Amino acid sequence: MAYVPLADQDHEQELHHPHSWVEKYVWSQDHKVIAIQYGGTAVLVGLVALVLSLLMRMQLGFPETFDLIDPNAYYQSVTMHGMIMVVYMLTALLLGGFGNYMIPLMIGARDMVFPFLNMLSFWFYLLSVLILLASFFVGGGPTGAGWTLYPPQTSMAGTPGHDMGIVLMLVSLAVFIVAFTMGGLNYVTTILQYRTRGMTLMRLPLTVWGIFVATVLGLFAFPALLVSAIMMMFDTLLGTSFFMPAIIESGTPMDYEGGSPILFQHLFWFFGHPEVYIVALPAFGLVSDVLSTHARKNIFGYRMMVWAIIAIGGLSFIVWAHHMYVSGMNPYFGFFFATTTLIIAVPTALKVYNWVLTLWEGDIRLNAPMYFAIGFIFTFIHGGLTGLFLGNVVIDLPLSDTYFVVAHFHMVMGVSPVLVIFAAIYHWFPKVSGRMYHEGLAKAHFWITFLGTYAIYLPMHYLGFLGVPRRYYAIGETDFIPASAQTLNESITIAALIVGAAQLIFIFNILWSLRNGAKADPNPWGSASLEWQTPDTPPVHGNWGDKLPTVYRWAYDYSVPGAKSDFIPQNMAEEDVEMEDSAAKGA
Amino acid sequence: MSETAAIQGNPEGVEGLVEDWASDKQTYNVPWGKAMMWIFLVSDTFIFTCFLTGYLNVRLTTTEPWPLQTEIFALTLFGQSIPLVLIAIMTFILITSSGSMALAVNFGYRRDKQKTFWLMVITAVLGASFVGMQAFEWTKLIVDEGIRPWGNPYGAAQFGSVFFMVTGFHGLHVTGGVIYLLIVANKVRKGHYDKKGYEIVEIAGLYWHFVDLVWVFIFAFFYLL
Repeated sequence: MAYVPLADQDHEQELHHPHSWVEKYVWSQDHKVIAIQYGGTAVLVGLVALVLSLLMRMQLGFPETFDLIDPNAYYQSVTMHGMIMVVYMLTALLLGGFGNYMIPLMIGARDMVFPFLNMLSFWFYLLSVLILLASFFVGGGPTGAGWTLYPPQTSMAGTPGHDMGIVLMLVSLAVFIVAFTMGGLNYVTTILQYRTRGMTLMRLPLTVWGIFVATVLGLFAFPALLVSAIMMMFDTLLGTSFFMPAIIESGTPMDYEGGSPILFQHLFWFFGHPEVYIVALPAFGLVSDVLSTHARKNIFGYRMMVWAIIAIGGLSFIVWAHHMYVSGMNPYFGFFFATTTLIIAVPTALKVYNWVLTLWEGDIRLNAPMYFAIGFIFTFIHGGLTGLFLGNVVIDLPLSDTYFVVAHFHMVMGVSPVLVIFAAIYHWFPKVSGRMYHEGLAKAHFWITFLGTYAIYLPMHYLGFLGVPRRYYAIGETDFIPASAQTLNESITIAALIVGAAQLIFIFNILWSLRNGAKADPNPWGSASLEWQTPDTPPVHGNWGDKLPTVYRWAYDYSVPGAKSDFIPQNMAEEDVEMEDSAAKGA
Repeated sequence: MSETAAIQGNPEGVEGLVEDWASDKQTYNVPWGKAMMWIFLVSDTFIFTCFLTGYLNVRLTTTEPWPLQTEIFALTLFGQSIPLVLIAIMTFILITSSGSMALAVNFGYRRDKQKTFWLMVITAVLGASFVGMQAFEWTKLIVDEGIRPWGNPYGAAQFGSVFFMVTGFHGLHVTGGVIYLLIVANKVRKGHYDKKGYEIVEIAGLYWHFVDLVWVFIFAFFYLL
């Protein structure tokens, strides 16, 4: 029996049609509703993490004035802020949120291939978030071991949350990984097997490419985290010694022997480094589409952009130990991992050049999404350049565990993806909600966030050079840190508070515009890619009405010479393109 | 264009690979469920690889000598201590179940519901007996030999830790597989797949063979090495 592709058996496919409000919005199997559930949850939990970071900043900036948190709470805030932002906010928002929303619409599918599994994915994610937040309410509070959860620190009595907090964290991570696997299998399979007629892989928008490769990375990297979480759970609950060496705790030897803390670091970073790209690659994809649309130019070097994404994805699996130069591993490893780390900068730099060249001589429309996208190029270049410093062993050694590192990764994988997320939310808001956001508020939001970012993180590089260590509750008085470092800390805190407050503008803008925004055009930006060509705005269940679209071209036909309109939608056949009279003959 | 290509049959070798990846609509000429199962299995391979890497690592770092497997995994039959006998039987059973599973896939594609159903049930029963024997082995190790996850009288404590963790994780996979097979078998019997096609039997089979393959590695790494 010959097998028929999904796109060709469209009318035999049964869609799960919801019959009640609950089925439509709560136990929904529609990828768009699931995307909004994922995104909303991620933003909410991200706000918790934002508040935690502000608490830390107030402690660091004004240690005498504010007495909000004690040292234990400070470590717990560090840990929860990091873990929530990296895993529960960025990963969930970019893959669960944008992945779910964009994939079927951009490839011309009616939904994910397995909607039920997709729904389960969200509910498991929500469960993992609830377990994580529950750790705030147990005795001892959440774990305070830092987001990297390094043993033996995690299990020692001096660390807050060494009993219940760490267990809940590990359980929550395991549940998150199950959720991610269910969603990720769906994303990968949908992209591979459910594209509409004419949508070849090399016609996919870069957003889909970024999400695709990031999901593959996730499916191969999260297993390492799952395994390390299980092993650590055994260490904590059963008293095994996977990661715990023989160790003395306040004078008495603990009941462990022969484990390897470095094994945990290897497993953790075998997940942790690809994780950076799990967050970055979807952001790369989204920003490429935003830049191309608002510059009214095709993305520069599309094929190179795709291959760069794939190369970065592959290389990201062989750079993990550059997080471990000071861990005591074999020093020869450092040479290998420094080399691979510098190699991975090549495809990354290629992408940056291509973004800039996309802007070159474009008919740039400075809408709010474009502000954020261009802002991203700035922060990403700055964060990326400091990455070259830290990738070299000899430069990393003195800078390791200082504020230089904090500044580096916040610029490159904190602020940069977040700016892209804002760009993407503003860019696709008209399609998702059917209304326009408030442009003025969005631009105000951009300027405060963007300038505030620099006010926060540029001074941190300097603090790092001074040798100010990260994760310290208070610097106190030392011989090597000048007193003026504290004034820098104060200004950073003020900037952080302002930026934190500015996010309320964003939330207000979104909520207000949902009700009161001007009705949006189906395609307000004149975008060529498929998700803007749906028959309804916002797209309804099933996305495409009676007939799946057919794709004739790539997603970047902007300002095509001779064409009347400055963009040609992907689903417009060659003979339907209106040409200008003079050019018609030539074409 | 691609439709004619599909009718004429796909080109072989590298050209076929390029054709697959450059085609519109789908990358592989298989149902999505099968592609999804393959991707899942690759992901699961990473889990077991991490487990085994972790095992080898702690075996190197531990300060005490590693216990002798031939003594621990010996079973006294007819008054004689025979090393690895139980595990040999378990391995044999699991490999046999792969054979019955392969037959079930074959009969599935021939739409022979009766035989498919019974072969899947046989596979599930063999799988369940594997789990049963594993439970017996665990009981023996825990009760008779005094091996615990946190320590044992024979040497390095990590022996018990990794053994229970990895064989337990594999045992969970087998248990899940048994349940999965029984659900699919039941649906086969009811004629649920008459219209959709019997690829699901092959997909379940892929999972089952994977679990067997993993066992071969666990067997080699834990009992022989």
